[in-house]
Amino acid sequence: MKSLKILRDIWLIFQRNMLLMLRSPLWVILGVSQPVVYLLLFAPLLKPALAPMGAHSQADAYRIYVPGMLVALALAGGLYVGFDLLRELAGGIIERARVTPVSRLALLLGRSLRDVVVLVIQAAIIVVLSLLFGLTVAIPNLLIGYGLLAMITLTSASFSYGIALTVKNPAVLGQLINNVAQPVMLLSGTLLPIALAPLWLRDAANGNPFNWAVTGMRALFTGHPDDPAIWKAAVMLAALAVITIAWSGRKFARSVR
Amino acid sequence: MGIIQTTGLKKSYETRAHRKTTKVEAVAGVDLDVAEGEIFGFLGPNGAGKTTTLRMLSTLLPPDAGEATIAGADLRKEPAKVRAAIGYIAQGGGTQDDATAREELILQARMHGISKAEAQRRAVSALAAFDLTEYADRPCKTYSGGQRRRVDIALGIIHQPKVVFLDEPTSGLDPQSRAHMWDEVRRLRTEGMTIFLTTHYLEEADALCDRIAIIDGGVIVAEGTPDALKREISGDVVTVGVGEDFAEKAAEILTGQTFLTAVETRDGGRIRLAVEAGETAVPLVMRTLEEAGIATSTIEVHRPTLDDVFLTKTGRSLRES
Repeated sequence: MKSLKILRDIWLIFQRNMLLMLRSPLWVILGVSQPVVYLLLFAPLLKPALAPMGAHSQADAYRIYVPGMLVALALAGGLYVGFDLLRELAGGIIERARVTPVSRLALLLGRSLRDVVVLVIQAAIIVVLSLLFGLTVAIPNLLIGYGLLAMITLTSASFSYGIALTVKNPAVLGQLINNVAQPVMLLSGTLLPIALAPLWLRDAANGNPFNWAVTGMRALFTGHPDDPAIWKAAVMLAALAVITIAWSGRKFARSVR
Repeated sequence: MGIIQTTGLKKSYETRAHRKTTKVEAVAGVDLDVAEGEIFGFLGPNGAGKTTTLRMLSTLLPPDAGEATIAGADLRKEPAKVRAAIGYIAQGGGTQDDATAREELILQARMHGISKAEAQRRAVSALAAFDLTEYADRPCKTYSGGQRRRVDIALGIIHQPKVVFLDEPTSGLDPQSRAHMWDEVRRLRTEGMTIFLTTHYLEEADALCDRIAIIDGGVIVAEGTPDALKREISGDVVTVGVGEDFAEKAAEILTGQTFLTAVETRDGGRIRLAVEAGETAVPLVMRTLEEAGIATSTIEVHRPTLDDVFLTKTGRSLRES
């Protein structure tokens, strides 16, 4: 009964946030514009750069580059959703929900799931564009990849919401998110392959679930769904998502018991 | 027993400035007893602790100390029961710019656990009751201040609460919208709701509230009906204008008369008299002056206002603070 209520509440908050997203779809397009520019202008330069990793053609270069970019998009896109929450906090929208018995976890998950949908739309745009450049990927592999990206977004979005509730200041939030995002991105080899890095950096990257995600995604895009990096990434990302949601959910619930 | 009862409600904040942490007592022990069906006003300047008290009573802020029961539910032990019994309307409202009033009302009802069909039905009747049907399907950002405030209140009462907390309901509204809002608040009362509102407008406390508590510096300095509070400030003030030439003589004649308690000469040939009751003193003042051959050019009765009450209790005027 109680879990039914939570599901109903999550659906309620998700629906509302989807509705608002669809009313101003510009943000989804703007969010994807930078990766698209990278795709068009940056990636063609990568064929020679990625040759040591086995990129012998333009399509090969995209198979290495696009998965990393998708992970970066899921990470960065999710990390910045906290700003939206700060706007809602300032507008009293969160407070209005807090005086109702609506599930606090639903306030978080309804929003995070909306962010997952946004990411999936953005990822679809990038993959479709990449197809034009000769990228091919099997549908089942792509779907598994989307699963990984969804978990990354759940984590990064929940983290961002939790931080937003803690610092409550857009300037501080922006600085914090930047400081978190940059090392995580670098250590996951999203944009440049970590294989090019010195050993100590590679060791550090080994402990980074997002690095495993990038490796897993690349395996999926190159047609190796049996690569152990995929399930390792899935397990780590799932654990990370659960921990982050639990932490952020507590933040949502804290000032109201 | 009152529908809202508090004893010794306290909340303090720690603020940090120049590496020094100072503890600010926002609410320093508030006792309240609000009867069912009352419009109860919390009057005080900004920063007096009004909103903090309201947020504590609405379960949004845990009190540091003290007890409170709202509609029979214990604020600390049964916040869910309290939440089900109250509606809370924040100062800034809480509508999404891009959502419509109808969507907001349905969502709010559903967050209270009401079924979809019932939520839609309630939204329709709330829109009608608050004169919003015409704008129901336009985004909230297109509304005027008064319309938006009506949506806020409709949102706060969609689940038919027993107690409604209103934080500064008419702040920033033009006089016409303010009067409209007062009517809405009175209508809620006729529907059986108890209203607890905060305000820093003297007129609002006076015209709208059955009973008020004046709060300053986190403590209640006076409590009662607006009339009783004003009556505590004994008597009325009568100001007569007799012209510069006669002011001195008039003051001399009036001094010592039994119907007044104090005489004070003011600039511009005016005399200020403290009297017990303005309505009986005015004819006596005029007759006394007439008998002495002094013509009165103006006469004015000024009853003590809530500002005089505030001034007496705190030494400051509410209008200035």
